[in-house]
Amino acid sequence: MYVAVKGGEAAIEAAHNLLAHERRGDPALPEITAAQIREQLSLAVNRVMCEGSLYDPDLAALAIKQARGDLIEAIFLARAYRTTLPRFGYAEPADTGAMHIRRRISATYKDLPGGQVLGPTFDYTHRLLDPALAEAGSAPTPERAAAAESEASPHVTALLNHEGLIESNRPHDPAAPVCDVTRGALAFPAGRDLRLQALARGDEGFLLALGYSTQRGYGRTHPFAGEIRMGEVEISFVPEELGFEVPLGEVRLTECEMVNQFAGSADAPPQFTRGYGLVFGHSERKAMSMALVDRALRTAEFGEEVVAPAQDAEFVLSHADNVQATGFVEHLKLPHYVDFQAELALLRQLRAEWEADRAAPPARHAEAAE
Amino acid sequence: MRICAEATEAELERAFADCGGVPDAEDVRAPEAGLVMLRGRIGGDGGPFNVGEATVTRAVVRLPDGALGYSYLLGRSARRARLAAIVDALGQDAGWRERLDAVLVAPVTARREAELAERREQAAATRVNFFTLVRGED
Repeated sequence: MYVAVKGGEAAIEAAHNLLAHERRGDPALPEITAAQIREQLSLAVNRVMCEGSLYDPDLAALAIKQARGDLIEAIFLARAYRTTLPRFGYAEPADTGAMHIRRRISATYKDLPGGQVLGPTFDYTHRLLDPALAEAGSAPTPERAAAAESEASPHVTALLNHEGLIESNRPHDPAAPVCDVTRGALAFPAGRDLRLQALARGDEGFLLALGYSTQRGYGRTHPFAGEIRMGEVEISFVPEELGFEVPLGEVRLTECEMVNQFAGSADAPPQFTRGYGLVFGHSERKAMSMALVDRALRTAEFGEEVVAPAQDAEFVLSHADNVQATGFVEHLKLPHYVDFQAELALLRQLRAEWEADRAAPPARHAEAAE
Repeated sequence: MRICAEATEAELERAFADCGGVPDAEDVRAPEAGLVMLRGRIGGDGGPFNVGEATVTRAVVRLPDGALGYSYLLGRSARRARLAAIVDALGQDAGWRERLDAVLVAPVTARREAELAERREQAAATRVNFFTLVRGED
């Protein structure tokens, strides 16, 4: 238990000044700007937006600068900032089928309508450090190739759907409420809407490890990356006072559809099942991990036995949020003097009793011997 | 409202500069930053779920003739939201609509189409055709 302490103001202020000094680094070097971070460390910005659950590249870049590149600290700053703003409402669901695609790949179909587009990817690089980047230089001009203005890129799962070989997404009741973890505590059993929201803002490393664990056999789901797509999607919103949809602008999203091994029953033929990931920005590893864990969390729905951590919704969702996690872990640094004194007193008492027991003749044993 | 969602703050400023300055407008609701919760669909086409919030700035203005203009835009630019609300209000007047078509809609649409074409063509250059190799077992 934490008991409040007083004092230390001067030391705390000096520590924060020292922090600001350390943040600046060598003053002989130019100071980095938030705009430079936004443009040149864009994947870090994407991660902060995604786990900070706040789409605003400028704020995320500023948070990264303030946090000295500590992304979880930056995510914390983004979450704190959002609590200062009023909520205008809920946007209309984004139509990822209408995405302006920058990247779209499928590991299940070689030739698919709309084609496979690698886009800006680390895939197929050799992971060799490039010394040329140590010096300022100019980036190459990207190649361009003729492209049809409006080529449809249907979701890959739709192709399987035609044959009835994959489960369809359940029809939904448009009037049904959508769970919002920012408006209430996690409650179990958690619906898939709530699970997906918690996963979307969950820690990438935690979800990566859980997704990996399912591949290694802890709740195996035999996944294929049916499709990964990344690009811009228009967002619209119906303001209460207007009563009609207005476009807000575009956001960049990454979507992953996993195609997993079969479920079937006496009533339903065997079908592929699905896991889904959708995240802010270009965050492919996160989208894939989210889709793996989403499928794992559907275990009970398919009548499978919950045997592994990744299948346990209470375990996964209660520990996925890195702001909550870091808050509880890092609070251990705060003064716990009173609490510790109480533990010390208790331990001294236990020790005294133990020693007294050892010194005294073993009464019970003696009785038993008589 | 669509064109304002696509126009940058600089493009809105330039459009008004081309019309002899920003017309007078009264703030009915001064630009205010807030949040809108963005949603996706489960599996891409199922029921909605909340993905995360985005910053949005809104404004409402009234022109001297009484016309109201609204704006809701991603981001936190108060200036852009106010200019967009003025565009919305002016758009209700046929004469202004024609002028705005020339100074705002045309240049923003042209810039946007060029950008989309560039993105599309850059992506198309990375379009890949993998070959499945026949294994030599015969």
